Amino acid sequence: MVVDTDRCDGCQKCTEACILEHRVPSAGGEPSYNGSQEWIKVYKHEGNGTSWFQPTPCMNCLNAPCVKVCPVGATYYNEDGLVLIDNTRCIGCRFCMAACPYDRRFFNWGEPAHSPDEVLIDYNPEYPVPHRRGTVEKCVFCAHRVKNGRLPACVEMCHKQGMKALYFGDANEDVVTNGEDVVRLTDLLEEGGYRLKEELGTQPSVYYLPRGR
Amino acid sequence: MGFFRDLKPSEQLLTEPLLHYSIRFYAFVALLGSIVALGAYAYFVQLQQGLAVTAMRDNVLWGLYITNFVFFIGISHVGALMSAILRLSGAEWRHPITRMAEAITFCSLVFGALMPIVDLGRPDRILNLLLYGRIQSPILWDMISITTYLIGSSIFLLLPLIPDIAMLRDRLRGISRVRMWLYRKLSLGWKGSPDQRARLDKAINTMTILILPIAISVHTVVSWIFGMTLRTGWNSTIFGPYFVAGALFSGVASVMVAMALFRHFYHLESFITLQHFKNMAKILLVLDLGYVYFTISEYLTVAYKWETSEGQLLESLFTGTYAIPFLFVQLGGLITPALLLAYGLRKGRHPVLAYAVAGTLVTVTMWVKRFVIVVPSLAVPQMGASWGSYSPTWVEWSITAAAFATFILLYTLFAKFFPLISLWEVRESPMPAPAAAHAEEVAA
Repeated sequence: MVVDTDRCDGCQKCTEACILEHRVPSAGGEPSYNGSQEWIKVYKHEGNGTSWFQPTPCMNCLNAPCVKVCPVGATYYNEDGLVLIDNTRCIGCRFCMAACPYDRRFFNWGEPAHSPDEVLIDYNPEYPVPHRRGTVEKCVFCAHRVKNGRLPACVEMCHKQGMKALYFGDANEDVVTNGEDVVRLTDLLEEGGYRLKEELGTQPSVYYLPRGR
Repeated sequence: MGFFRDLKPSEQLLTEPLLHYSIRFYAFVALLGSIVALGAYAYFVQLQQGLAVTAMRDNVLWGLYITNFVFFIGISHVGALMSAILRLSGAEWRHPITRMAEAITFCSLVFGALMPIVDLGRPDRILNLLLYGRIQSPILWDMISITTYLIGSSIFLLLPLIPDIAMLRDRLRGISRVRMWLYRKLSLGWKGSPDQRARLDKAINTMTILILPIAISVHTVVSWIFGMTLRTGWNSTIFGPYFVAGALFSGVASVMVAMALFRHFYHLESFITLQHFKNMAKILLVLDLGYVYFTISEYLTVAYKWETSEGQLLESLFTGTYAIPFLFVQLGGLITPALLLAYGLRKGRHPVLAYAVAGTLVTVTMWVKRFVIVVPSLAVPQMGASWGSYSPTWVEWSITAAAFATFILLYTLFAKFFPLISLWEVRESPMPAPAAAHAEEVAA
């Protein structure tokens, strides 16, 4: 994923789309959809009299600290290199959350709210619904949509809003799209692309394009 | 009520608590029992409603339970390390206190092992650790080393108990059949023959050597739960030895407290003499200074550089949100006990009360220290967002109180079932006659 911070206006529609798409549970543990976990969180940075926004999903690191520490293999890489969680195996020790340098993992502290239709959905780590109490959750780059050739919900929504700040694609094929333009990843990254906390060696799959290029 | 046959008067003093249960004892057990009941109820509530009933949230995702875990594993080290080191170095004065230390190990280890399970979001899936365990995870390292240690320290506690249990089996009469059955089973057919004695000595020696590396590995891998992450404050190479030093420090302090309490309540002045307190005070003072050294090494090297997020964390510890517990540890847990111990040793009169206060201070502040290690590192913002906050709920406090109550209860019951001082080892040791030592103390 590539995030063009120049284009993001901080509307947080991506977060909203994600919450709807995944029926994301609440952050506080109460059985309601209020104050949901923000699998993609839009951080606001301020300084020098201006401000800018940084939409932040799970980095789906290639050298993921969370995968390393899981005692039961409940969090793992799928064949596309995405970091997934098997909520039927997770024991809820939260070591992965302690290990994540990006605060991108969330815990179902209480029993999550379950809508009537949700209960009928077949659970799959690619689409971790219905949500389970006492287990860890996070963004999985909408693995269930991507495998059917669709863009992640956040990317699609950003395009709908006309901002087109989020790009998604396969790094191996060197192609990404924001829903409109199809560009080469390497070309895009030449515009000063960087990753968060690069120095930690986690090799995130999310790149950011700096402001004011 | 039971009675003993043919025991020396001095030994009767040691076996007396095994026979007599005072009102005070029952009241104490009832008090502890009610705390345990409260904790059991709190855990029931937590099982029913999930960890949402705790104050832990996505930022401060570990709290009191993990603090307790590190604390209990910490004090458990004393039995193995102190007792093994004293045995190996042939320090004969050790006899009256090694069992006290080894019993602390056993009782606290049980709770050290239980705490992470209480902390689990899905305790019902605990077997996944066996079914799908990944050796890459430090949690597996912990599981393996703690299990090994629990088994090892049980054997280490039991071996020197065998001759004493056999003595109880042979000489204690008028007790319940269940209790007699227990003694008969646990004494493993001990008759005290030279052959058995040789085997016992060999077994104790082997365990003494084996238990040392196991104990050191246990607290090292506990520290690596933190040290293997990239978190501010945890991302440190010193954590292994720092935790081992802290474990030994808090463990010796807790033995000091147990010595003072049992000496007083069980009237063991003739066995646990001022000489013992003097030796223990020396050990505790050295460990205190060692811990001061580690603390300076840990914080000065980070504070000197004041790297962004490390600086934020240190600011919260030195002058911010966590300054009170942090400074309490340094002043109340390191400096004050060091002064008390040094004062006592210098005076040469060995004020047991001052030593007991020092031991209590260290034990309490080492719990606080573990809190200060676990919580602030989780609260410090990793992504430039706001600080996390954590004030534990009644569920967490109740379960914590219950863990401590059960620990004390187990220890108290242990002291009611087995002599807390190793009779046969004391009998064989070339200690000054207890009466003489006592006279010396009275004179002082």
